[in-house]
Amino acid sequence: MTSPALAKRPSRRRTGGAGIAPWLFISPWILGFLIFTLGPLIFSFVMSLHDWPVVGKRTFIGLDNYTTMLRDDPQFRDSLWITVKFACLFVPLNIVLSFLLAVLLNLNLRGTALFRTAFYLPSVISGVALVTIWSWLYSKEYGLLNYLLSFAGITGPNWLGDENWALLAITIASLWGLGGSMLIFLAGLQSVPKELYEAARISGVPPWAQVIHITLPMLSPMVLFTFITSIISAFQQLTIALLLTKGGPVGSTYFFAKYIYDNAFKFHDMGYAAAMSWVMFAIILVLSMAVMRWSTAWVYYEGEVRKDGGNG
Amino acid sequence: MARTLAYGALIFLSALFLAPFFWTLVTAVKSQADLVAWPPVLWPADWHWGNFAAAWNKQPFNIFLKNSVIVVVLSTAGQLFSSSLVAFGFARFRFAGRDTIFILLLATMMIPWDVKMIPLYMEFNYLGWINTLKPLIVPSWFGDAFFVFLLRQYIMTIPIEIDEAARMDGANSWQIYWRIHLPLMAPALVLVGTFHFMNAWNDYLGPLIFLNDQSTYTLPLGLALFKGLHEVDAVSIAAITIILCLPPLALFFYAQRYIMDSALGSSVKG
Repeated sequence: MTSPALAKRPSRRRTGGAGIAPWLFISPWILGFLIFTLGPLIFSFVMSLHDWPVVGKRTFIGLDNYTTMLRDDPQFRDSLWITVKFACLFVPLNIVLSFLLAVLLNLNLRGTALFRTAFYLPSVISGVALVTIWSWLYSKEYGLLNYLLSFAGITGPNWLGDENWALLAITIASLWGLGGSMLIFLAGLQSVPKELYEAARISGVPPWAQVIHITLPMLSPMVLFTFITSIISAFQQLTIALLLTKGGPVGSTYFFAKYIYDNAFKFHDMGYAAAMSWVMFAIILVLSMAVMRWSTAWVYYEGEVRKDGGNG
Repeated sequence: MARTLAYGALIFLSALFLAPFFWTLVTAVKSQADLVAWPPVLWPADWHWGNFAAAWNKQPFNIFLKNSVIVVVLSTAGQLFSSSLVAFGFARFRFAGRDTIFILLLATMMIPWDVKMIPLYMEFNYLGWINTLKPLIVPSWFGDAFFVFLLRQYIMTIPIEIDEAARMDGANSWQIYWRIHLPLMAPALVLVGTFHFMNAWNDYLGPLIFLNDQSTYTLPLGLALFKGLHEVDAVSIAAITIILCLPPLALFFYAQRYIMDSALGSSVKG
């Protein structure tokens, strides 16, 4: 946290003269935190304890919103289950595919910069543009995807209209933007000291064993980071579900985030929606902590130097 | 042999990642006959560039574009200024509670948008900001945790001696920030500006919740509206989609060096 140079010289001039200055510099964030984060969080929690229609009388009902959700709302359970299924598809695929692409790029063949750009490019597109692009690729009648599949002798499914395929379709469209994760893995691969491979090669360790004993341990911090960020983004998936499938067909892509959105802005049941958003927050926190704890079994940190240097 | 295989995989995968862009562009310039042809026309004989103007005039896209530009320009300016200011405060001063506050800042990145969206809607409604562009601009003037983190890391690589020399010459903290660090931070600011631009430009959920009146719509919202009204007009939808993709793509090509440097350069290794 502390800049070494600053720690070494606790000059009277700087610390004495600091006074109110640092607080002025960070005051935008402090204010923003109070107005746009902490305030809304408290407000949201208060709402979750109320029956809170957009217009009309607000009634304090204690934890009723939470108990209703857990006991009497099958839609809550279904949407949560769909989100979990999506996360189970998206998170591992995102990690594995990003990793494989990074490995290919790390071969440093001629033209690598071009391939890297090609893989990263889709991640600058998101939201509505991404959805319109994919809605044609998936189109049953005019879609490019099924046309290409037909060359392989496969009759493609009605991607967005078939309840068995729609969730996979959303997963694939989401994976199109894996450029960010890929860059993180690529950075990791490039930071592995070449001497390690050299030493392994001299000792006669075969390439596949080098991957298992050198590459994977060295990349485990990046795996952990991508693991957690993908879980968070999987649970918040909303834009694609709103626009590409609108939750259908037959509710097969009715994500938890969409159910929260519908409760708030369609059914105007703000209190219930707020309570569900807290449940989502809790799930994300618990999952992240669980992954962190579990990670101590498989994440390898390079000695003290790295811990010290990488603390930010 | 292994090399050939790797090249094969790289070329095939690149084609796979780029195909959606290509397909959208080709769709945008097709004639109606080409659009419905089967097998699909992969390379139309005639490219109808006029489709872009025709599509643009089917809805008040000029207004949507104007709104998008206002939001993106004002929020990016705010983000660059406020995040760099806060980052400077965390990087260059020691004060009681600094580390605790910084950890709090990092922790806010974990809060899902879904939790904030409902109370923020109520708050902006109370302020009378619904149906104005303010909810999409004003919060950007208060710094963003991720960007503050990024810029702080960058400032900490700048030697403190530079600050000390300036202070000897009588510069105060504001001058050191404004005249020395802001210019030195330029590469990191390009990165922050690029990422923020893309978020703001592509944003759908914010405008969806905070804007109801069509005259306040941003481009993504306008495209979604258009898609809902003209579901079968695939050519026009594709044309608008391409237009919507152009600014982020252009910006990416401009900022590519900075993005790759920051990801693959020394900053990742800490």
